[in-house]
Amino acid sequence: MKYMLMDYVSEGGWPQLTRSEQEHWLGAYKAYMQAMSNAGVLKSSGGLHPTSSATTVRVRNDKAQVLDGPYADTKEQLGGFHIIDVPDLDAALSWAARSPTALHGVVEVRPLMDGTMLTRDMSQYMNAK
Amino acid sequence: MSAVKEQRHDEWVEALQPHDPRAQAQVTADEVARRSYGKLVAYLSAWARDVAAAEDALSEAFASALADWPVNGCPANPEAWLLTVARRKMIDTLRGRQRHEIATEELKIMAEGLEAAAGEKEIPDRRLALMFACAHPAIDPGIRAPLILQTVLGFDAAMIGSAFLVSPTTMGQRLVRAKSKIRQAGIPFRVPEREELAARLDTVLDAIYAAFAEGWIDAAGSDVARRDLAEEALFLGRFVTELLPREPEALGLLALMLYAESRRPARRNTQGEYVPLAEQDTSLWDSQMIFEAEGFLRRASEIASLGRYQLEAALQSAHVFRCRTGNANWQEVVQLYDVLLGLSASPVIAINRALAIAELDGPEVALEELKKVAEDSRLSEYQPYWAARAELLARTGANSEARDAYEMAIGLERDDAVRRFLRQRQSALSG
Repeated sequence: MKYMLMDYVSEGGWPQLTRSEQEHWLGAYKAYMQAMSNAGVLKSSGGLHPTSSATTVRVRNDKAQVLDGPYADTKEQLGGFHIIDVPDLDAALSWAARSPTALHGVVEVRPLMDGTMLTRDMSQYMNAK
Repeated sequence: MSAVKEQRHDEWVEALQPHDPRAQAQVTADEVARRSYGKLVAYLSAWARDVAAAEDALSEAFASALADWPVNGCPANPEAWLLTVARRKMIDTLRGRQRHEIATEELKIMAEGLEAAAGEKEIPDRRLALMFACAHPAIDPGIRAPLILQTVLGFDAAMIGSAFLVSPTTMGQRLVRAKSKIRQAGIPFRVPEREELAARLDTVLDAIYAAFAEGWIDAAGSDVARRDLAEEALFLGRFVTELLPREPEALGLLALMLYAESRRPARRNTQGEYVPLAEQDTSLWDSQMIFEAEGFLRRASEIASLGRYQLEAALQSAHVFRCRTGNANWQEVVQLYDVLLGLSASPVIAINRALAIAELDGPEVALEELKKVAEDSRLSEYQPYWAARAELLARTGANSEARDAYEMAIGLERDDAVRRFLRQRQSALSG
Protein backbone atom coordinates (compact mmCIF):
# COMPACT_ATOMS: atom_id res chain seq x y z
CA MET A 1 0.00 0.00 0.00
CA LYS A 2 1.06 3.56 -0.63
CA TYR A 3 1.12 6.05 2.22
CA MET A 4 1.86 9.74 2.34
CA LEU A 5 3.94 10.82 5.31
CA MET A 6 3.18 14.49 5.84
CA ASP A 7 5.66 16.58 7.79
CA TYR A 8 4.01 19.21 9.95
CA VAL A 9 6.61 21.56 11.37
CA SER A 10 6.78 24.96 12.95
CA GLU A 11 8.15 27.14 10.13
CA GLY A 12 9.22 29.87 12.50
CA GLY A 13 11.73 27.56 14.15
CA TRP A 14 14.10 27.05 11.23
CA PRO A 15 15.55 30.61 10.87
CA GLN A 16 16.21 30.68 14.60
CA LEU A 17 18.58 27.72 14.42
CA THR A 18 22.31 28.26 14.22
CA ARG A 19 24.12 27.32 11.07
CA SER A 20 25.51 24.14 12.59
CA GLU A 21 22.10 23.14 13.95
CA GLN A 22 20.60 23.58 10.49
CA GLU A 23 23.35 21.42 9.05
CA HIS A 24 22.66 18.77 11.66
CA TRP A 25 18.95 18.58 10.70
CA LEU A 26 19.64 18.66 6.95
CA GLY A 27 22.05 15.76 7.44
CA ALA A 28 19.42 13.85 9.40
CA TYR A 29 16.80 14.33 6.65
CA LYS A 30 19.30 13.32 3.98
CA ALA A 31 20.16 10.11 5.82
CA TYR A 32 16.47 9.38 6.43
CA MET A 33 15.59 9.72 2.76
CA GLN A 34 18.63 7.72 1.75
CA ALA A 35 17.52 4.90 4.07
CA MET A 36 13.99 4.87 2.61
CA SER A 37 15.42 4.91 -0.86
CA ASN A 38 17.85 2.05 -0.14
CA ALA A 39 15.03 0.03 1.38
CA GLY A 40 13.15 0.47 -1.88
CA VAL A 41 10.08 2.03 -0.28
CA LEU A 42 10.45 5.69 -1.26
CA LYS A 43 8.34 6.62 -4.27
CA SER A 44 8.63 10.39 -4.15
CA SER A 45 9.31 13.31 -1.86
CA GLY A 46 8.71 17.01 -1.89
CA GLY A 47 9.36 20.07 0.20
CA LEU A 48 7.18 23.14 0.35
CA HIS A 49 8.11 26.80 0.56
CA PRO A 50 6.84 28.51 3.72
CA THR A 51 3.13 29.33 4.05
CA SER A 52 3.98 33.01 3.46
CA SER A 53 4.22 32.00 -0.20
CA ALA A 54 0.78 30.34 -0.17
CA THR A 55 -2.28 31.51 -2.07
CA THR A 56 -5.76 29.99 -1.79
CA VAL A 57 -8.42 29.81 -4.49
CA ARG A 58 -12.15 29.14 -4.16
CA VAL A 59 -14.87 29.38 -6.78
CA ARG A 60 -18.17 30.57 -5.32
CA ASN A 61 -21.18 31.58 -7.41
CA ASP A 62 -19.05 31.16 -10.54
CA LYS A 63 -16.56 33.68 -9.21
CA ALA A 64 -13.01 32.79 -8.32
CA GLN A 65 -11.84 34.16 -5.02
CA VAL A 66 -8.10 34.37 -4.69
CA LEU A 67 -6.64 35.10 -1.29
CA ASP A 68 -3.17 35.61 0.01
CA GLY A 69 -2.07 33.18 2.70
CA PRO A 70 -2.50 29.52 3.66
CA TYR A 71 -5.83 27.69 4.03
CA ALA A 72 -5.61 27.49 7.80
CA ASP A 73 -3.47 29.24 10.36
CA THR A 74 -2.09 26.45 12.49
CA LYS A 75 0.72 26.12 14.98
CA GLU A 76 2.49 23.67 12.71
CA GLN A 77 2.37 23.79 8.94
CA LEU A 78 2.71 21.22 6.20
CA GLY A 79 6.34 21.52 5.14
CA GLY A 80 6.92 18.46 3.03
CA PHE A 81 5.90 14.92 2.25
CA HIS A 82 7.17 11.48 1.33
CA ILE A 83 5.22 8.84 -0.51
CA ILE A 84 6.23 5.32 0.43
CA ASP A 85 5.06 1.90 -0.68
CA VAL A 86 5.00 -0.62 2.19
CA PRO A 87 2.94 -3.72 3.11
CA ASP A 88 0.79 -2.21 5.86
CA LEU A 89 0.18 0.58 8.37
CA ASP A 90 2.67 -0.82 10.87
CA ALA A 91 5.46 -0.56 8.33
CA ALA A 92 4.38 3.00 7.43
CA LEU A 93 4.27 3.99 11.10
CA SER A 94 7.74 2.65 11.73
CA TRP A 95 9.10 4.79 8.86
CA ALA A 96 7.20 7.80 10.23
CA ALA A 97 8.78 7.24 13.64
CA ARG A 98 12.25 7.41 12.07
CA SER A 99 11.56 10.79 10.47
CA PRO A 100 13.53 13.69 11.97
CA THR A 101 10.24 15.61 11.83
CA ALA A 102 8.78 13.28 14.48
CA LEU A 103 11.34 14.75 16.92
CA HIS A 104 10.39 18.41 16.52
CA GLY A 105 7.04 18.35 14.73
CA VAL A 106 4.35 15.84 13.79
CA VAL A 107 4.17 13.28 10.99
CA GLU A 108 0.69 12.53 9.69
CA VAL A 109 0.36 9.14 7.97
CA ARG A 110 -2.40 8.77 5.39
CA PRO A 111 -3.03 5.88 2.99
CA LEU A 112 -3.18 6.86 -0.66
CA MET A 113 -6.02 5.74 -2.90
CA ASP A 114 -4.65 3.91 -5.87
CA GLY A 115 -6.67 3.16 -8.99
CA THR A 116 -8.40 0.21 -7.40
CA MET A 117 -9.03 1.98 -4.15
CA LEU A 118 -10.43 4.99 -5.94
CA THR A 119 -13.07 3.07 -7.87
CA ARG A 120 -13.88 0.96 -4.83
CA ASP A 121 -14.37 4.02 -2.66
CA MET A 122 -16.29 5.95 -5.33
CA SER A 123 -18.71 3.07 -5.77
CA GLN A 124 -19.27 3.08 -2.04
CA TYR A 125 -20.18 6.75 -2.10
CA MET A 126 -22.52 6.16 -5.03
CA ASN A 127 -24.20 3.21 -3.35
CA ALA A 128 -24.58 5.19 -0.14
CA LYS A 129 -26.41 7.96 -2.10
CA MET B 1 -25.22 -11.11 12.29
CA SER B 2 -27.51 -10.33 15.19
CA ALA B 3 -30.25 -12.59 13.88
CA VAL B 4 -28.10 -15.67 14.23
CA LYS B 5 -26.84 -14.65 17.66
CA GLU B 6 -30.31 -14.00 18.99
CA GLN B 7 -31.38 -17.48 18.03
CA ARG B 8 -28.78 -19.07 20.25
CA HIS B 9 -31.41 -20.56 22.56
CA ASP B 10 -31.85 -23.83 20.81
CA GLU B 11 -33.89 -25.69 23.44
CA TRP B 12 -37.10 -24.90 21.63
CA VAL B 13 -35.63 -26.11 18.37
CA GLU B 14 -34.66 -29.44 19.87
CA ALA B 15 -38.21 -29.87 21.06
CA LEU B 16 -39.36 -29.81 17.44
CA GLN B 17 -39.49 -32.87 15.20
CA PRO B 18 -35.92 -34.18 14.99
CA HIS B 19 -36.33 -34.94 11.29
CA ASP B 20 -37.74 -31.58 10.30
CA PRO B 21 -35.00 -30.46 7.87
CA ARG B 22 -35.66 -26.77 8.51
CA ALA B 23 -35.28 -27.18 12.25
CA GLN B 24 -32.20 -29.32 11.71
CA ALA B 25 -30.60 -26.62 9.52
CA GLN B 26 -31.42 -24.00 12.14
CA VAL B 27 -29.90 -26.08 14.93
CA THR B 28 -26.73 -26.68 12.93
CA ALA B 29 -26.44 -23.00 11.97
CA ASP B 30 -26.92 -21.95 15.60
CA GLU B 31 -24.29 -24.41 16.75
CA VAL B 32 -21.81 -23.17 14.19
CA ALA B 33 -22.55 -19.55 15.12
CA ARG B 34 -21.93 -20.28 18.78
CA ARG B 35 -18.87 -22.43 18.21
CA SER B 36 -17.12 -20.69 15.33
CA TYR B 37 -18.54 -17.22 14.64
CA GLY B 38 -15.42 -15.39 15.83
CA LYS B 39 -13.10 -17.85 14.10
CA LEU B 40 -14.92 -17.44 10.78
CA VAL B 41 -15.00 -13.64 10.96
CA ALA B 42 -11.33 -13.55 11.98
CA TYR B 43 -10.26 -15.81 9.16
CA LEU B 44 -12.25 -13.94 6.51
CA SER B 45 -11.18 -10.52 7.87
CA ALA B 46 -7.50 -11.40 7.85
CA TRP B 47 -7.85 -12.90 4.40
CA ALA B 48 -9.38 -9.75 2.84
CA ARG B 49 -8.04 -7.28 5.43
CA ASP B 50 -11.60 -6.00 5.69
CA VAL B 51 -13.71 -6.69 8.80
CA ALA B 52 -16.97 -5.19 7.59
CA ALA B 53 -16.88 -7.12 4.31
CA ALA B 54 -16.13 -10.33 6.23
CA GLU B 55 -19.10 -9.81 8.58
CA ASP B 56 -21.45 -9.02 5.70
CA ALA B 57 -20.34 -12.00 3.65
CA LEU B 58 -20.62 -14.36 6.61
CA SER B 59 -24.07 -13.06 7.41
CA GLU B 60 -25.13 -13.73 3.81
CA ALA B 61 -23.53 -17.17 3.94
CA PHE B 62 -25.62 -18.03 7.01
CA ALA B 63 -28.74 -16.90 5.17
CA SER B 64 -27.79 -19.10 2.20
CA ALA B 65 -27.23 -22.01 4.55
CA LEU B 66 -30.74 -21.72 5.98
CA ALA B 67 -32.11 -21.86 2.43
CA ASP B 68 -29.79 -24.59 1.14
CA TRP B 69 -29.38 -27.05 4.01
CA PRO B 70 -33.08 -27.99 4.43
CA VAL B 71 -33.10 -28.98 0.72
CA ASN B 72 -29.67 -30.55 0.25
CA GLY B 73 -28.99 -31.68 3.79
CA CYS B 74 -26.52 -30.27 6.30
CA PRO B 75 -22.91 -30.52 5.11
CA ALA B 76 -20.46 -32.71 7.00
CA ASN B 77 -18.27 -29.68 7.65
CA PRO B 78 -20.63 -26.72 7.96
CA GLU B 79 -17.79 -24.29 8.83
CA ALA B 80 -15.99 -25.08 5.57
CA TRP B 81 -19.27 -24.73 3.66
CA LEU B 82 -19.95 -21.31 5.16
CA LEU B 83 -16.38 -20.19 4.59
CA THR B 84 -16.42 -21.14 0.92
CA VAL B 85 -19.76 -19.42 0.31
CA ALA B 86 -18.67 -16.30 2.23
CA ARG B 87 -15.41 -16.09 0.30
CA ARG B 88 -17.17 -16.37 -3.04
CA LYS B 89 -19.50 -13.58 -1.97
CA MET B 90 -16.58 -11.38 -0.97
CA ILE B 91 -14.84 -11.93 -4.29
CA ASP B 92 -18.08 -11.21 -6.17
CA THR B 93 -18.56 -8.00 -4.23
CA LEU B 94 -15.02 -6.88 -4.99
CA ARG B 95 -15.42 -7.80 -8.68
CA GLY B 96 -18.64 -5.83 -8.83
CA ARG B 97 -16.97 -2.79 -7.37
CA GLN B 98 -14.07 -3.01 -9.76
CA ARG B 99 -15.64 -4.00 -13.05
CA HIS B 100 -14.16 -0.96 -14.78
CA GLU B 101 -10.71 -1.93 -13.67
CA ILE B 102 -8.45 -4.56 -15.10
CA ALA B 103 -8.65 -7.74 -13.00
CA THR B 104 -6.38 -6.53 -10.27
CA GLU B 105 -3.56 -8.41 -8.72
CA GLU B 106 -5.31 -8.26 -5.37
CA LEU B 107 -8.28 -10.19 -6.71
CA LYS B 108 -6.08 -12.76 -8.37
CA ILE B 109 -4.21 -13.40 -5.15
CA MET B 110 -7.47 -13.69 -3.25
CA ALA B 111 -8.90 -16.14 -5.75
CA GLU B 112 -5.75 -18.24 -5.48
CA GLY B 113 -6.07 -18.14 -1.70
CA LEU B 114 -9.61 -19.45 -2.08
CA GLU B 115 -8.41 -22.47 -4.06
CA ALA B 116 -5.67 -23.19 -1.58
CA ALA B 117 -7.87 -22.82 1.47
CA ALA B 118 -10.59 -25.06 0.06
CA GLY B 119 -8.34 -28.04 0.80
CA GLU B 120 -7.87 -27.17 4.48
CA LYS B 121 -9.59 -29.30 7.07
CA GLU B 122 -9.14 -27.01 10.06
CA ILE B 123 -9.80 -23.30 9.80
CA PRO B 124 -6.65 -21.55 11.03
CA ASP B 125 -7.49 -19.58 14.19
CA ARG B 126 -6.86 -15.90 13.40
CA ARG B 127 -8.88 -14.51 16.31
CA LEU B 128 -5.83 -13.24 18.14
CA ALA B 129 -4.66 -11.47 14.98
CA LEU B 130 -8.12 -9.93 14.68
CA MET B 131 -7.94 -8.73 18.29
CA PHE B 132 -4.59 -7.10 17.63
CA ALA B 133 -6.07 -5.33 14.60
CA CYS B 134 -9.07 -4.12 16.66
CA ALA B 135 -6.82 -2.88 19.49
CA HIS B 136 -4.25 -1.31 17.15
CA PRO B 137 -2.79 1.98 18.44
CA ALA B 138 -4.26 3.66 15.33
CA ILE B 139 -7.79 2.80 16.53
CA ASP B 140 -9.52 5.16 18.97
CA PRO B 141 -8.98 3.60 22.44
CA GLY B 142 -12.65 4.00 23.38
CA ILE B 143 -13.91 1.80 20.53
CA ARG B 144 -11.35 -1.03 20.85
CA ALA B 145 -13.28 -3.08 23.42
CA PRO B 146 -16.63 -2.73 21.58
CA LEU B 147 -14.91 -3.65 18.32
CA ILE B 148 -13.46 -6.84 19.81
CA LEU B 149 -16.83 -7.74 21.34
CA GLN B 150 -18.53 -7.36 18.00
CA THR B 151 -16.01 -9.00 15.70
CA VAL B 152 -14.74 -11.82 17.89
CA LEU B 153 -17.91 -12.55 19.87
CA GLY B 154 -20.62 -11.38 17.49
CA PHE B 155 -22.37 -8.94 19.88
CA ASP B 156 -24.62 -6.53 18.00
CA ALA B 157 -24.30 -2.76 18.28
CA ALA B 158 -27.45 -2.43 20.40
CA MET B 159 -26.18 -4.83 23.04
CA ILE B 160 -22.72 -3.28 23.13
CA GLY B 161 -24.29 0.19 23.24
CA SER B 162 -26.44 -0.70 26.22
CA ALA B 163 -23.48 -2.22 28.04
CA PHE B 164 -21.31 0.88 27.45
CA LEU B 165 -24.16 3.36 27.99
CA VAL B 166 -24.09 4.65 24.43
CA SER B 167 -27.08 4.80 22.10
CA PRO B 168 -27.22 1.88 19.63
CA THR B 169 -27.08 4.28 16.66
CA THR B 170 -24.02 6.06 17.98
CA MET B 171 -22.31 2.78 18.83
CA GLY B 172 -23.17 1.43 15.38
CA GLN B 173 -21.68 4.48 13.67
CA ARG B 174 -18.53 4.35 15.75
CA LEU B 175 -18.07 0.65 14.96
CA VAL B 176 -18.54 1.27 11.24
CA ARG B 177 -16.01 4.10 11.34
CA ALA B 178 -13.46 1.94 13.14
CA LYS B 179 -13.87 -0.88 10.61
CA SER B 180 -13.40 1.56 7.72
CA LYS B 181 -10.24 2.79 9.40
CA ILE B 182 -8.90 -0.76 9.63
CA ARG B 183 -9.53 -1.30 5.91
CA GLN B 184 -8.45 2.08 4.55
CA ALA B 185 -5.40 2.58 6.73
CA GLY B 186 -4.13 -0.92 5.98
CA ILE B 187 -3.98 -2.08 9.60
CA PRO B 188 -2.39 -5.53 9.56
CA PHE B 189 -3.99 -8.70 10.95
CA ARG B 190 -1.16 -10.37 12.77
CA VAL B 191 0.27 -11.02 16.18
CA PRO B 192 3.15 -8.55 16.53
CA GLU B 193 6.76 -9.65 16.60
CA ARG B 194 8.42 -10.56 19.88
CA GLU B 195 10.06 -7.15 20.48
CA GLU B 196 6.86 -5.15 20.15
CA LEU B 197 4.47 -7.78 21.49
CA ALA B 198 4.46 -6.61 25.10
CA ALA B 199 3.54 -3.02 24.22
CA ARG B 200 0.92 -4.05 21.67
CA LEU B 201 -0.52 -6.71 23.96
CA ASP B 202 -1.22 -3.99 26.52
CA THR B 203 -3.86 -2.42 24.29
CA VAL B 204 -5.54 -5.80 23.77
CA LEU B 205 -5.55 -6.50 27.51
CA ASP B 206 -6.85 -2.99 28.23
CA ALA B 207 -9.74 -3.59 25.84
CA ILE B 208 -10.59 -6.89 27.53
CA TYR B 209 -10.38 -5.26 30.95
CA ALA B 210 -12.61 -2.40 29.78
CA ALA B 211 -15.24 -4.96 28.77
CA PHE B 212 -14.90 -6.70 32.11
CA ALA B 213 -15.11 -3.44 34.06
CA GLU B 214 -18.38 -2.54 32.31
CA GLY B 215 -19.77 -5.93 33.25
CA TRP B 216 -18.48 -5.67 36.81
CA ILE B 217 -20.58 -2.54 37.47
CA ASP B 218 -23.71 -4.68 37.57
CA ALA B 219 -22.98 -6.34 40.90
CA ALA B 220 -26.27 -8.17 41.21
CA GLY B 221 -25.97 -9.60 37.72
CA SER B 222 -29.53 -8.59 36.94
CA ASP B 223 -28.63 -6.78 33.74
CA VAL B 224 -28.08 -9.56 31.22
CA ALA B 225 -25.98 -7.50 28.79
CA ARG B 226 -23.57 -6.50 31.51
CA ARG B 227 -23.33 -9.89 33.17
CA ASP B 228 -22.52 -11.41 29.79
CA LEU B 229 -19.85 -8.80 29.30
CA ALA B 230 -17.95 -9.94 32.41
CA GLU B 231 -18.26 -13.58 31.34
CA GLU B 232 -17.14 -12.90 27.78
CA ALA B 233 -14.21 -10.82 29.02
CA LEU B 234 -13.16 -13.79 31.14
CA PHE B 235 -13.46 -15.99 28.07
CA LEU B 236 -11.25 -13.63 26.06
CA GLY B 237 -8.77 -13.44 28.93
CA ARG B 238 -8.50 -17.23 29.00
CA PHE B 239 -8.25 -17.33 25.23
CA VAL B 240 -5.29 -14.92 25.17
CA THR B 241 -3.43 -16.82 27.89
CA GLU B 242 -3.93 -20.08 26.00
CA LEU B 243 -2.43 -18.65 22.82
CA LEU B 244 0.25 -16.61 24.61
CA PRO B 245 0.96 -18.73 27.69
CA ARG B 246 4.25 -16.98 28.49
CA GLU B 247 2.91 -13.44 28.72
CA PRO B 248 2.83 -12.51 32.42
CA GLU B 249 0.50 -9.54 32.02
CA ALA B 250 -2.09 -11.66 30.22
CA LEU B 251 -1.93 -14.12 33.13
CA GLY B 252 -2.10 -11.22 35.58
CA LEU B 253 -5.21 -9.80 33.94
CA LEU B 254 -6.94 -13.18 33.97
CA ALA B 255 -6.09 -13.60 37.67
CA LEU B 256 -7.37 -10.09 38.42
CA MET B 257 -10.68 -10.74 36.65
CA LEU B 258 -11.12 -14.09 38.40
CA TYR B 259 -10.50 -12.57 41.84
CA ALA B 260 -13.05 -9.86 41.15
CA GLU B 261 -15.62 -12.24 39.69
CA SER B 262 -15.21 -14.66 42.61
CA ARG B 263 -16.74 -12.02 44.91
CA ARG B 264 -19.86 -11.44 42.85
CA PRO B 265 -22.13 -13.56 45.14
CA ALA B 266 -21.04 -11.55 48.19
CA ARG B 267 -21.27 -8.03 46.81
CA ARG B 268 -24.97 -7.69 47.66
CA ASN B 269 -26.85 -9.14 50.63
CA THR B 270 -30.14 -11.00 50.29
CA GLN B 271 -32.01 -7.68 50.36
CA GLY B 272 -29.91 -6.47 47.45
CA GLU B 273 -27.98 -4.02 49.64
CA TYR B 274 -24.38 -3.10 48.90
CA VAL B 275 -21.81 -4.90 51.06
CA PRO B 276 -18.32 -3.33 51.25
CA LEU B 277 -15.34 -5.65 50.86
CA ALA B 278 -14.40 -5.61 54.55
CA GLU B 279 -17.90 -6.74 55.54
CA GLN B 280 -18.41 -9.41 52.88
CA ASP B 281 -19.14 -13.00 53.89
CA THR B 282 -16.01 -14.71 52.58
CA SER B 283 -17.74 -18.09 52.56
CA LEU B 284 -19.84 -16.80 49.67
CA TRP B 285 -16.77 -16.18 47.53
CA ASP B 286 -16.18 -18.66 44.72
CA SER B 287 -13.15 -20.51 46.09
CA GLN B 288 -12.62 -22.42 42.85
CA MET B 289 -12.14 -19.12 41.00
CA ILE B 290 -9.82 -17.83 43.71
CA PHE B 291 -7.78 -21.03 43.53
CA GLU B 292 -7.53 -20.64 39.78
CA ALA B 293 -6.56 -16.97 40.12
CA GLU B 294 -3.78 -17.84 42.57
CA GLY B 295 -2.45 -20.34 40.07
CA PHE B 296 -2.36 -17.85 37.19
CA LEU B 297 -0.75 -15.22 39.38
CA ARG B 298 1.94 -17.69 40.47
CA ARG B 299 2.63 -18.63 36.86
CA ALA B 300 2.95 -14.93 35.98
CA SER B 301 5.37 -14.26 38.82
CA GLU B 302 7.60 -17.12 37.69
CA ILE B 303 8.20 -15.31 34.40
CA ALA B 304 9.63 -12.41 36.41
CA SER B 305 8.49 -9.36 34.54
CA LEU B 306 6.29 -7.13 36.62
CA GLY B 307 3.32 -5.23 35.23
CA ARG B 308 0.16 -3.43 36.14
CA TYR B 309 -2.25 -6.35 35.92
CA GLN B 310 -0.06 -8.69 37.95
CA LEU B 311 0.24 -6.05 40.67
CA GLU B 312 -3.50 -5.47 40.72
CA ALA B 313 -4.05 -9.21 40.93
CA ALA B 314 -1.50 -9.41 43.74
CA LEU B 315 -3.49 -6.73 45.57
CA GLN B 316 -6.64 -8.78 45.17
CA SER B 317 -4.77 -11.79 46.50
CA ALA B 318 -3.71 -9.76 49.55
CA HIS B 319 -7.34 -8.69 50.12
CA VAL B 320 -8.49 -12.30 49.92
CA PHE B 321 -5.86 -13.35 52.46
CA ARG B 322 -6.78 -10.56 54.90
CA CYS B 323 -10.53 -11.03 54.67
CA ARG B 324 -10.27 -14.80 55.03
CA THR B 325 -7.76 -14.91 57.89
CA GLY B 326 -8.42 -11.64 59.66
CA ASN B 327 -4.66 -10.93 59.62
CA ALA B 328 -4.07 -7.28 58.76
CA ASN B 329 -1.61 -6.99 55.88
CA TRP B 330 -1.91 -3.28 55.14
CA GLN B 331 1.85 -2.82 55.04
CA GLU B 332 2.05 -5.22 52.11
CA VAL B 333 -0.99 -3.62 50.45
CA VAL B 334 0.50 -0.12 50.65
CA GLN B 335 3.78 -1.41 49.23
CA LEU B 336 1.95 -2.92 46.27
CA TYR B 337 0.15 0.38 45.69
CA ASP B 338 3.51 2.19 45.82
CA VAL B 339 4.89 0.02 43.03
CA LEU B 340 1.68 0.41 41.01
CA LEU B 341 1.80 4.17 41.43
CA GLY B 342 5.38 4.10 40.19
CA LEU B 343 4.21 2.34 37.02
CA SER B 344 1.37 4.73 36.28
CA ALA B 345 0.51 7.91 38.14
CA SER B 346 -3.17 7.09 38.13
CA PRO B 347 -5.35 9.06 40.57
CA VAL B 348 -7.53 5.97 40.99
CA ILE B 349 -4.59 4.01 42.42
CA ALA B 350 -3.64 6.99 44.61
CA ILE B 351 -7.14 7.02 46.14
CA ASN B 352 -7.03 3.32 47.00
CA ARG B 353 -3.53 3.74 48.37
CA ALA B 354 -4.76 6.54 50.64
CA LEU B 355 -7.49 4.24 51.97
CA ALA B 356 -4.91 1.55 52.76
CA ILE B 357 -2.70 4.14 54.47
CA ALA B 358 -5.65 5.07 56.70
CA GLU B 359 -5.57 1.52 58.07
CA LEU B 360 -1.86 1.81 58.83
CA ASP B 361 -1.30 5.41 59.91
CA GLY B 362 -4.79 6.75 60.58
CA PRO B 363 -7.27 8.88 58.63
CA GLU B 364 -5.43 12.21 59.09
CA VAL B 365 -2.34 10.97 57.26
CA ALA B 366 -4.57 9.42 54.59
CA LEU B 367 -6.42 12.71 54.06
CA GLU B 368 -3.07 14.44 53.50
CA GLU B 369 -2.28 11.80 50.86
CA LEU B 370 -5.66 12.35 49.27
CA LYS B 371 -5.00 16.10 49.01
CA LYS B 372 -2.10 15.36 46.68
CA VAL B 373 -4.43 13.88 44.06
CA ALA B 374 -7.25 16.41 44.59
CA GLU B 375 -5.67 18.76 42.03
CA ASP B 376 -6.64 16.41 39.20
CA SER B 377 -9.75 18.06 37.74
CA ARG B 378 -11.20 14.71 36.57
CA LEU B 379 -11.71 13.78 40.23
CA SER B 380 -14.51 16.29 40.73
CA GLU B 381 -16.72 13.83 38.84
CA TYR B 382 -15.20 10.65 40.23
CA GLN B 383 -17.43 8.92 42.78
CA PRO B 384 -14.71 6.83 44.52
CA TYR B 385 -12.75 9.99 45.33
CA TRP B 386 -15.72 11.55 47.15
CA ALA B 387 -16.67 8.29 48.86
CA ALA B 388 -13.08 7.86 50.09
CA ARG B 389 -12.88 11.46 51.24
CA ALA B 390 -16.21 11.17 53.06
CA GLU B 391 -15.14 7.97 54.80
CA LEU B 392 -11.83 9.45 55.96
CA LEU B 393 -13.41 12.73 57.11
CA ALA B 394 -16.03 10.81 59.06
CA ARG B 395 -13.29 8.90 60.84
CA THR B 396 -11.54 12.13 61.91
CA GLY B 397 -14.85 13.44 63.24
CA ALA B 398 -15.16 16.23 60.67
CA ASN B 399 -18.83 15.38 60.29
CA SER B 400 -20.04 18.44 58.47
CA GLU B 401 -17.38 18.12 55.75
CA ALA B 402 -17.97 14.39 55.60
CA ARG B 403 -21.69 14.98 55.02
CA ASP B 404 -20.94 17.23 52.03
CA ALA B 405 -18.51 14.69 50.58
CA TYR B 406 -21.12 11.90 50.94
CA GLU B 407 -23.62 14.13 49.18
CA MET B 408 -21.23 14.47 46.22
CA ALA B 409 -20.58 10.71 46.17
CA ILE B 410 -24.32 9.96 46.22
CA GLY B 411 -24.95 12.43 43.41
CA LEU B 412 -22.28 10.80 41.23
CA GLU B 413 -23.29 7.17 41.83
CA ARG B 414 -25.42 5.31 39.29
CA ASP B 415 -25.96 2.08 41.24
CA ASP B 416 -28.94 2.43 43.55
CA ALA B 417 -27.69 -0.11 46.11
CA VAL B 418 -24.44 1.81 46.52
CA ARG B 419 -26.42 5.05 46.73
CA ARG B 420 -28.49 3.65 49.59
CA PHE B 421 -25.34 2.41 51.33
CA LEU B 422 -23.74 5.86 51.14
CA ARG B 423 -26.95 7.51 52.37
CA GLN B 424 -26.91 5.19 55.41
CA ARG B 425 -23.32 6.11 56.18
CA GLN B 426 -24.20 9.76 55.81
CA SER B 427 -27.17 9.57 58.18
CA ALA B 428 -25.06 7.72 60.76
CA LEU B 429 -22.98 10.89 61.20
CA SER B 430 -23.95 12.74 64.38
CA GLY B 431 -24.13 16.50 64.95
